[in-house]
Formats: sequence, structure tokens, C-alpha cells
Amino acid sequence: MTELPTSTDRKMGLVIDLDTCVGCHACVISCKGWNTENYGAPLSDQNPYGADPSGTFLNRVHSYEVQPEKGHAQLIHFPKSCLHCEDAPCVTVCPTGASYKRVEDGIVLVNESNCIGCGLCAWSCPYGARELDLAEGVMKKCTLCVDRIYNENLPEEDRVPSCVRTCPAGARHFGDLGDPSSDVSKLVAERSGMDLMPEMGTKPVNKYLPPRPKDTVEEEIDILAPLLAPVAEEPKGFLGWLDKTLEKF
Amino acid sequence: MTFQQPSIELSPKVSDEVRKTTCYMCACRCGINVHMKDGKVAYIEGNRDHPVNKGVLCAKGSAGIMQVNAPSRLRAPLKRVGPRGSGEFEEISWDEALDIAVGWLGPIRKSNPEKLAFFTGRDQSQSFTSFWAQNFGTCNYAAHGGFCSVNMAAGGIYTMGGAFWEFGQPDWDHTKLFMLFGVAEDHDSNPIKAGIGKIKKRGAKVIGVNPIRSGYNAVADEWVGITPGTDGLFILSMVHVLMKAGKIDLEYLSRYTNAPVLVNATVGPEKGLFLRDENDKPLVIDRATGELTAFDKPGVRPDLAATYERDGVTHRPVFHLMAERYLDESYAPEAVAEQCGIPASRIRAIAADIARVAFDEAFELDQEWTDFRGETHKTMKGRPVSFHSMRGVSAHANGFQTCRALHILQILLGTVEVPGGFRFKPPYPKPVEAHPTPHCKVTPDSPLDGPHLGFVRGPEHLALKEDGSPARIDKAFTWENPMSSHGLMHMVISNAHAGDPYKIDTLFMYMANMSWNSTMNTRGVIDMLTDKDENGDYVIPHIIYSDAYSSEMVAYADLILPDTTYLERHDCISLLDRPICEADGAADAIRWPVIEPDRDVVGFQSALILLANKMGLPGFTNEDGSAKYKDYADYIVNHERKPGIGPLAGFRGENGDKSGRGEVNPDQLDRYIENGGFFIEHVPDDALYYKPWNSAYQDWAVGMGIYDSPQPYLFQLYSEPMRKFQLAAEGYGDRQPPDHLRDRTKETLDPLPIWYETDQHGNDGFTVNALTQRPMAMYHSWGTQNAWLRQLHGRNPLYVPTKLMREHGLQDGDWARVTSPHGEITVPVMEMAALNHNTVWTWNAIGKRKGAWALEEDAPEATKGFLLNHLIHELLPPKGDGLRWANSDPVTGQAAWFDLKVKIEKAAAPDGLSESLPSFDPIKSPVGTGPAELKWKVGK
Repeated sequence: MTELPTSTDRKMGLVIDLDTCVGCHACVISCKGWNTENYGAPLSDQNPYGADPSGTFLNRVHSYEVQPEKGHAQLIHFPKSCLHCEDAPCVTVCPTGASYKRVEDGIVLVNESNCIGCGLCAWSCPYGARELDLAEGVMKKCTLCVDRIYNENLPEEDRVPSCVRTCPAGARHFGDLGDPSSDVSKLVAERSGMDLMPEMGTKPVNKYLPPRPKDTVEEEIDILAPLLAPVAEEPKGFLGWLDKTLEKF
Repeated sequence: MTFQQPSIELSPKVSDEVRKTTCYMCACRCGINVHMKDGKVAYIEGNRDHPVNKGVLCAKGSAGIMQVNAPSRLRAPLKRVGPRGSGEFEEISWDEALDIAVGWLGPIRKSNPEKLAFFTGRDQSQSFTSFWAQNFGTCNYAAHGGFCSVNMAAGGIYTMGGAFWEFGQPDWDHTKLFMLFGVAEDHDSNPIKAGIGKIKKRGAKVIGVNPIRSGYNAVADEWVGITPGTDGLFILSMVHVLMKAGKIDLEYLSRYTNAPVLVNATVGPEKGLFLRDENDKPLVIDRATGELTAFDKPGVRPDLAATYERDGVTHRPVFHLMAERYLDESYAPEAVAEQCGIPASRIRAIAADIARVAFDEAFELDQEWTDFRGETHKTMKGRPVSFHSMRGVSAHANGFQTCRALHILQILLGTVEVPGGFRFKPPYPKPVEAHPTPHCKVTPDSPLDGPHLGFVRGPEHLALKEDGSPARIDKAFTWENPMSSHGLMHMVISNAHAGDPYKIDTLFMYMANMSWNSTMNTRGVIDMLTDKDENGDYVIPHIIYSDAYSSEMVAYADLILPDTTYLERHDCISLLDRPICEADGAADAIRWPVIEPDRDVVGFQSALILLANKMGLPGFTNEDGSAKYKDYADYIVNHERKPGIGPLAGFRGENGDKSGRGEVNPDQLDRYIENGGFFIEHVPDDALYYKPWNSAYQDWAVGMGIYDSPQPYLFQLYSEPMRKFQLAAEGYGDRQPPDHLRDRTKETLDPLPIWYETDQHGNDGFTVNALTQRPMAMYHSWGTQNAWLRQLHGRNPLYVPTKLMREHGLQDGDWARVTSPHGEITVPVMEMAALNHNTVWTWNAIGKRKGAWALEEDAPEATKGFLLNHLIHELLPPKGDGLRWANSDPVTGQAAWFDLKVKIEKAAAPDGLSESLPSFDPIKSPVGTGPAELKWKVGK
């Protein structure tokens, strides 16, 4: 079993805006590209051109339909990767110490040279956020692009996870969620950011911003109706309308 | 184990070098940074400086690395050695391939150049390919616009001198209400996503009108799950409500549109035409003087109401005609609600919300500008409502009128080219008058008499032979579809096979999967491509095809010219064609070989130049007979369309310091590469809005070479060219439609937008609408062989709304037989609640033919994947009149993909393999299949 640090200096993580995520998978593939070429073993693909292709992805987008009590069904796009939990069960369950949480920033990583591919961590993660790479036999997971965010070979503005840099809709935000004055913490406060499955007691660092209420325009009709009052009360045909309309001109 | 933490490398080297070029994973043309390690592509990210994507990149863009290593890449020219469709080929040299092609093309050029039908699919170099076709001399050239979105393009250009997507964009920085019509996970992918993200951050509202609530419509604040094909009725109902309430911008209508232009109202050959002066300028009544005046006279304030009588002829302003039509109660929300599938209260609420934002939230930018009548305005008035629309409205047989209706709505609100509204991107705005007309005069051994495609102004510009028969193989610009500005690619094979209007010799196509997902009636088209005549010869004698990959179409060609991937080639995304401009600037871009091909392949455009040089085509040949260009890169730099104007606008002139106009700069491509692969010239501040009427913009555009002279114009609420076709149908004029098209022409070529139900002949019993869309991660991408992307979207069930699932006793994973008047498919189903209750849909082009794209034959794309194309015919069901009626918009010929009506019923799982039906025999792959495992890490 592996110990977690008693505390971390910062709590780096992602804030994902479910009101804005259009489900385009840009983050999924950008992550695949960066992490295939960088940290640790490449993210492999089995049967990439065959019947049952499967590959290692550190970030996936799921789509769920939601039927509210009133109104139209909705489709929510839900990107999911490691949430870098404060009480990460995937770390404490690790028999070799390969899984660890960094004390500087709280990022949960796998030291691949110590990983025996036993899969206990994947089993213990309530979010299903770890994937065993079948080619390498080691556990892979979101690194929060630890090899980008401090990388002095990158321009400063690019020192963010590749999923954040690439997100076309700007639905992904990166920062220190342990600092209440950070932009991400303020965003979470403003938009009532949520923990994913808080009942699991893992204290996830990543937060989700819930979708705003939808399909409400008809409820505002009392306010809106006067806007559509006809210019000519008594329909005297076209000329009545024209005269009245042009009066304002 | 006590806490321990290894030390890790936090600053690894990212790459040896970054090469900046333009993406081609779809049609969006984003800038990309290609990170190189050891001379190989290691990683692709968005270019932050690029005007299109500003650093972001979609899934396709990042997956480009899997396109460049794709096992489906063709390796060398191929000569067919088995029967067509077998996939049996022999690799040959380029010399032999070019000799074979010239052996077919040379003789027909000398005798009948129109015997070549050259259609270039997803071409991004149309100004070049059309130049080639023009110099060859055939009239039969177009790209894929006719089966894609010509209604959107033509509807916009005829109405306001530009349309959505590459023509313009919402004013993302100021808009407060953004309304999408028929935009699936669709065009302009990164800019729309970025724009929606930007406005949502500000709390602006998004309204999505689409039968399917996915993608952009999933994040829309309001979803209108409209009945397919009724968008025009919904829009005109909002027009009705807004006009009735006076919530229209009279000032804007008076100044910038033809609302005040006087229209002849007396029956006769002039009825419905504009009253014009001796300089052919439309006339208005000046409110100040009451005098009849040219619309553009300095100081004139056009009157929207005045009627003018002359010689017993009454003339009324367009505005009068519009009020008469749209105030009619047949457009009231209550009258259209059922047909549109939208409650009347919702139509009213949305119209009211639009009115609130457009008028109550109007604002002004502190920027002085001067209009074309010489009047200076202290500020720029803004109305923060914007619209965007795409194939969902255009791919119906009433799509042209619907696109026009949407533009009428935004013009009535005064939101086009104003802050907060819709803005054009250079080279647009560009009125119809600034576009060419179509040309079709073929002369053996000579170039065509002008550009193939253009914008007709009336019957005099139709592409008809002297006997009145169609000049073009696709029957573009004929009475069947007079305003077919992009041609009709979907009719080429069918017409060529039928010999209607005539037979051809060689079909030459590029990047167009016409034997699979890019055609209607797939099985039928396969049969046409392989059909033989009584002598045992193929009915279409020769087929040349160019593609980079082993697509389904490869098997049906006699000669394959293998193209490069997008990272191995030169390209220019030109202002002469479909550039990458933003509303704030004119921009163009290049591709350049960031890696060299490892196969015996040549970029398609360079291959065309090699063919041109072998045939000595004019335009490609110097006076001494030598070749002007050795390859496409040479053409991009040295070709001049007019003196000083070439394919690229940037870094012109000897020193590379001229923009727009300037002499050839031999170092131009290097300058583009140094600049990140693109060039942008910003529009001056006082020219940023009101562009069609803004003198500062007009002058800037002339300086850039976009116009030859200032081109201010009025938005055409009323379309006079359409009225001219109607007049002919009423019996006036020399060029007359055939009698069977008179009534349809009178109805559908209405100069003010109308809505009509599309032809339902033969649809009895078929009551469910059936649609397709492409997933965002594959939109406009060429093939699904991409190893990463196919793991996202490798399957395409038929999505069925809850109501129909229950009615038919269906559950997820069940199979359904789906029939249309034309065909039948048996496919797996999945329930979707966020869907119009009478509409089914699936992802397009996931289904693949066994043997294509280097996929294994048991890949899900080839077993469970399917195409809706089998249900859609290029012709409407026979009406018993002996005529072939195209399944196309009667105005433009746009392929009416989304008019499809079906019925569904539960089916037993197909026998044996649980494969979707119809099932096709495998084709032999010329490239084999891909590897069993990928571990793609190029650096060490």
C-alpha cells in the first residue's frame, strides 16, 4: 500500500464547463497525440484497422441524454479524465509505490518503471479514469501534462495541459484549485462548480461547471409579449399598417 | 509504503523543429504547428497566430499524424487490369500514367472537348482546376458545391452579396443572441465552437434550430426541434410577426436595401422589373424632394411607401410588395405551428426575444464612417442578433428560398454588416454583378469562352445550346435549375450513363467518392460505372481518378493518379477561391511539404500541370511552346490572373512588401513559410462594418485587388433575376422554358422568398423524415481510416426517437428495416430522446465497403456500418410523364439529400453475420490492410 502526502502545496486541476462542451473530442485526440509522443510509454492501439479497435486514451468524452421533468430532452457531453483526487484511492491501493501524488501540485502520476500492471488502481478508481496499456503492460493515466506545464522549452502561454490548449470552445480551464483567488477557483464559485460523485469521499480536485437552465423562453412571454403588439390595432389592411409603421420612421 | 516521489523530467525537449502549415483534415483550413523529431511528424497542435483557429485545434487536426501514416495511402499510379469494380490494378510509372491519360484526353480535346467531364470533389484549389478545365476547353467542370451547399452560397450571394461560413461570420465580440439553423456538427468547425464558447462566457443566448439536439444544438440555450424542410415557413412566420409589430429597421431598409426600389406593377413584359434610369440604375422616390431619383445619388433618402405612376403604369416599392405578402395571416404562428412542429407560443416567444435584443439592446460603436452616398455617420449602430445556417436548410428542394428567407429576416432586423450582427469576410461582400456569368461555348482545340460557373442574371445566361438543349452534362444553368452556380456533381454519372443530354468519353474526378458515400443511389451508380454497351464496351468509356487514399471510388477507375497527403504538398488557399479571411482582415494561406512523400505520388494539382504540359494547353504554355510552370508551387508563385494579381495576395512585389496587388515575388513561398504559412492584411477601423456601403471599405478593397472599382450595392430583398425567369415562364421573351417546367418555374422562382412543400410524389406511406450528419470529429474529413478517429466513431446506429421506438416495439440493438420509395436497408437502431419525434438519423459515411481504406473486412464500418445513400435516388420517382425529374432544388439544382422520407419496421437480425443490408462483395485492396498494433512514438 502506498501513502499519500499529508498535504500538497497546490491543487492543480481542471475545471470543465458542461454548459459549453460541444462534445467534439478535440481534447481526447490532442491528449492522445501529446501523450503518445511524451511522458512514458506511447499510448498504443490494438487492432487499429480491424474489427474491434481499442486503444489507450487518458481522456474520453461520454454523452448522456437527460430528460428533465418538464421540457425537451437534453444531451450533455461529459469529458472525463483523472480528477487528481486529494484522497486518491488509486494511490493508497498501489502495492509497489508506482502510483503517487506529487507534493508540489497534487498531480497523481504513475512511475512506470515500478508499475507491475496489476490493475488494482484501475479497480479502485470510482471514475474509471485509468487505462492499462496493452502493449506496454503499464497503467496509464492523465498526467495533467506534467511535462508541459513546467516545460521551459515551451512558450509560457503553452504551459497548460494539451487538452486545455486545444479546446475549441474554451470549455476547459486549468489552475490551482487550492488557491481561492485563482481564476479557476473564482469560476467554480461563480458557476456553482461541482465535485463528481462526492459521496465516494475521494475529494476530487477537478471540478465540473453544470449546464445552465435551458428552454425557458416561453416562460418569459409575459415580459416579451408587449414587444409584438401590432402597430395597427384594427387591421385596416396594408395601408393602415404602413402608415402606422412609417410614423415611427 | 511511506510517501516517496521520484524525480521526473519536467522540461523535456518538445521537438527539433516546428513547421507551420495549413490543416486539411477538413475544409476549415486551420493553421497548424507540426512538431518534427528526427525528420518525422511527432505532434500537431494549432497555430496561435493563425486567423482561423487562433491556436485551438479539433480532433481531426490533432489526428493528422494518423492520416500521414495511414496504411490506406496509395503508393504509385495504378492501371486497372481486372474488370471495373474488382480492385485489380497494376502499379505503373508516372510516365506511363500520364501517357495513358493524354492518350484519352488529347484526341477529345481536338474534336469534342465537352467529352471530358472533369469534376473535382472536395477541391480547395478551384480557381486553379477551373483554369485548367477552361484551357482544356470542356464546359463540363465543377467541384462538389452542387451536392453540398450551393443553396446557401447562391441564396446569400443573390440576396446580399455573400453567405455564411467562408463568406462571413457572426460578430462574436458583440452579439448577444446567436441563432443557428440546420447547423449540425457542421461547417466552419473550430471558429463556430470558439465563437459559441466566447459568447456563452458573456452570457449571450444561443438558439439552435435543428431536428437533432447534438453538437452545437446540445449546448444551445433554446432548442427548436423543427420538422425537417419547414425552416422557411418558421422563418417567414417570424417575419410576419416582426413586421406586424413594426419590429423592423426602417432606416436600414431605406438606406441599404432595395425595399424602396420601384417595381413595375402592370401586367406585361416589364411586370415585376425595376424602374431604372438611362444608366440602368434602379430608381427610388426621394423623401426630401418627392422626386424620382437613382438609388445611389448623393444625399437621397429613399421613400419606402411612395407609389409612382408613369404613362399609365403603376410602380410600387419592394417594401409594399413585402408587406402585402408577409402580413398575410397564412404566415401567422398559429397557421404554421403544426407543419413546423413548433408551438405557436414558442414561435412568438422567439420572435419577441429577437426583437428585444435587436431593438432594446441596440448600441453604438464610437467610429465615424462615410457611406456611398457621401453621408458621414458619427457612430456605427449595432444590433446584437446574429444568425448562422448550413446544410440542414440548404439540402432540401426548397432550400434556396429558405436561405433567402433567412437573409430577409436578418436584413429586416438590420443586423447584417452592423456591430453585433453578421459580418462579411473579404473578398465578400461582392454583389452578383461582380461575379462572372456562366460560360459554355466549346471550340475544338481551344479554350472555353470564359469561366464555367457564375451567376445568371436572367434566361439569357443559361447554358443552352442553340437548339435549346443543355450544354453541360450535369444540366446546370438550364430550365430545370437555372441558378445552379456550383454545377450538379450528383447528376454527372447518371446523365453520362443515360447519354442525357449526350454521351461523354472520359470522366475525370478528384477526391469524390462517387461509388460510395458521395453519391445518391450508391448501388445504381456502381452499376452505371460498370455498365457495358452492346459491344461490350463500358458505357462511360474512360475513368481517371485522383485520390491520396484507397477509397471505394478507386476500384471504379481505369487509371489512378495517386495524390499526396496534406503534409507532403504545396497548396494555396487563395483569395481567388475560398480563402481564410476574417471579418477584420483579408487572409490567405499555403500548404508546403513539411515532409517528403515516401511513395511514388504527386500532388493532384502538379499532376494536372504535367498533363497540361504534355498536351501543350494554352494558359500553361509559353509562346515558344515551352511549359510555363513545372509544378503547382511554380504556378502559385508565378501565375497572374490579372497584372499584379495572383493566387497569393501576400508578400508580392520585388521586395515582398506589397499586399493584394504587386509583381511576382520569386521568394513568396519562403515568406509565407517564415510568416507561419499564412498572410493577413487587416481592414482599417473605419471600414470594419457596413462594408457594402462603406466608402473606406470599398477603397481598401480596390487597393487590395478585391474589386476593380468601388462596388456599393443594395441588398436584394426582391430578386430581379428570379423575376426574369418567372416572366419567361409567363410567356415573355425569346428564351422560353419547356412547357412542362412553366408552372414550376412560375412558382419556385418567386422574387420574394416563399416556402413550399417539396415534391411528395411517390411518398405515400413514407412519413418519417430521415437525415444524416457527420460527427464533429469527422466532419468533412476524407475517410474513416484514421486509427484514432475511428475509435471515437466506428459505428453508426440509426437513431430513432422515443415515440417511434415505442410504436415499433424497438429496443437498443434491435434491427429495423428502413424503406423509402427508392430502396431498403436493414440496420441496427438506438433510441434518442433529444430528437424531433418523427425524424430518424445516422452518422454519414461511417459505413465502408469491405476492402476499402485498408480496413480489415470485419471492421464494424464494413459490417454494421451503413449508408442512408441507398435510400436516396438522384431522380424523383417516375411520374408517368416519361421525364426524368432530378431530386434537386428547382432553383439551383442543389441535391435534396434531406427531403428523404422513410418508413421503419422491426426486422429480424440479418442472417448469419449480423451485418447491415445491403451487403456488398469485398473489393480487392490495392494497398492491403493496416498493422495489428500501433505504438507511434517517433522520438527517442
